[in-house]
Amino acid sequence: MNIPYTVETRPDTGLANGKLGIWLFLASEVMLFGALFSTYIILRTGAVEWPHGELSVLLGAINTVILISSSVTMVMAWASLKMNEWSKHRLYLILTFVLAGVFLVNKYFEYAEHLSHGEGPWASTFLAIYFTLTGLHGLHIVGGMVVMAYFIGPGAKMAKTSPEQFTNRIEYTGLYWHFVDLVWIFLFPVLYLL
Amino acid sequence: MHSDPAEVRKSVRKYMMIGAALLVFTGITVAANLVHLTVPLAITVALIIATIKGTMVAAVFMHLNNEKKWIYGSLILTVVFFVVLLFVPLLTVSDTFGTHINAPGPAHVESGQEHKD
Repeated sequence: MNIPYTVETRPDTGLANGKLGIWLFLASEVMLFGALFSTYIILRTGAVEWPHGELSVLLGAINTVILISSSVTMVMAWASLKMNEWSKHRLYLILTFVLAGVFLVNKYFEYAEHLSHGEGPWASTFLAIYFTLTGLHGLHIVGGMVVMAYFIGPGAKMAKTSPEQFTNRIEYTGLYWHFVDLVWIFLFPVLYLL
Repeated sequence: MHSDPAEVRKSVRKYMMIGAALLVFTGITVAANLVHLTVPLAITVALIIATIKGTMVAAVFMHLNNEKKWIYGSLILTVVFFVVLLFVPLLTVSDTFGTHINAPGPAHVESGQEHKD
């Protein structure tokens, strides 16, 4: 049985089902991260003092550059498919995957540095919200990498059997990935600079 | 959003420009941090820059500058609830039910004793 409206658009919404689906998912993600940002505001406004300069701005800035670059490569992976440039698509998607991995390695070193000094999430309110926010964001990075790995590996077969559906799937993956980038764009100043 | 390959080809340059602009804004954010601004001003500057960057990502990379009304509708609803969520903390400071505005504080606070859990 074929799932309807994976490629063709629904007459009522003007969208393929997957497109509306990913946006509704992202809407729920906005509320998830929104709840944690709201928690951050409560904790920060209620704190007598708030640490400043505990995190490495350099590492945070490097990770911001990495994620922004990965957003560019992700959108290029989708654009290459649209332009029927398969090898470029593969290159950009693999680059996005690698950049995501570098982000996580960078984050690992950051976490390891803190934990080696006994600065775990139990050590202070700031570190508790820092580890919660960046940990959840990191899990989203891992989730994105799993999806990208699938489309680099076994999922790539669909490009031959149903190229339009494959292009749509890459587009939805991209939307998710840009959202993960967008969350970091706010996390970086909130946690590292302010 | 674009579905025609020729139009997508035209957009490639735009994607690169936006990527470069995002990197420049990241540099500005870090530079603004080096100038020791007052905390309220620093928060305002950082959040304005982050909002500009976020808008660029959403508008260009996520193609929200040219989407269908169903997506705009669901996002407007999300934004409304998101704003409500961010203002929930205000309730914690405005919750004065059952207390007198000028009521004296608890005795142990007035005497300078710290509360210990």
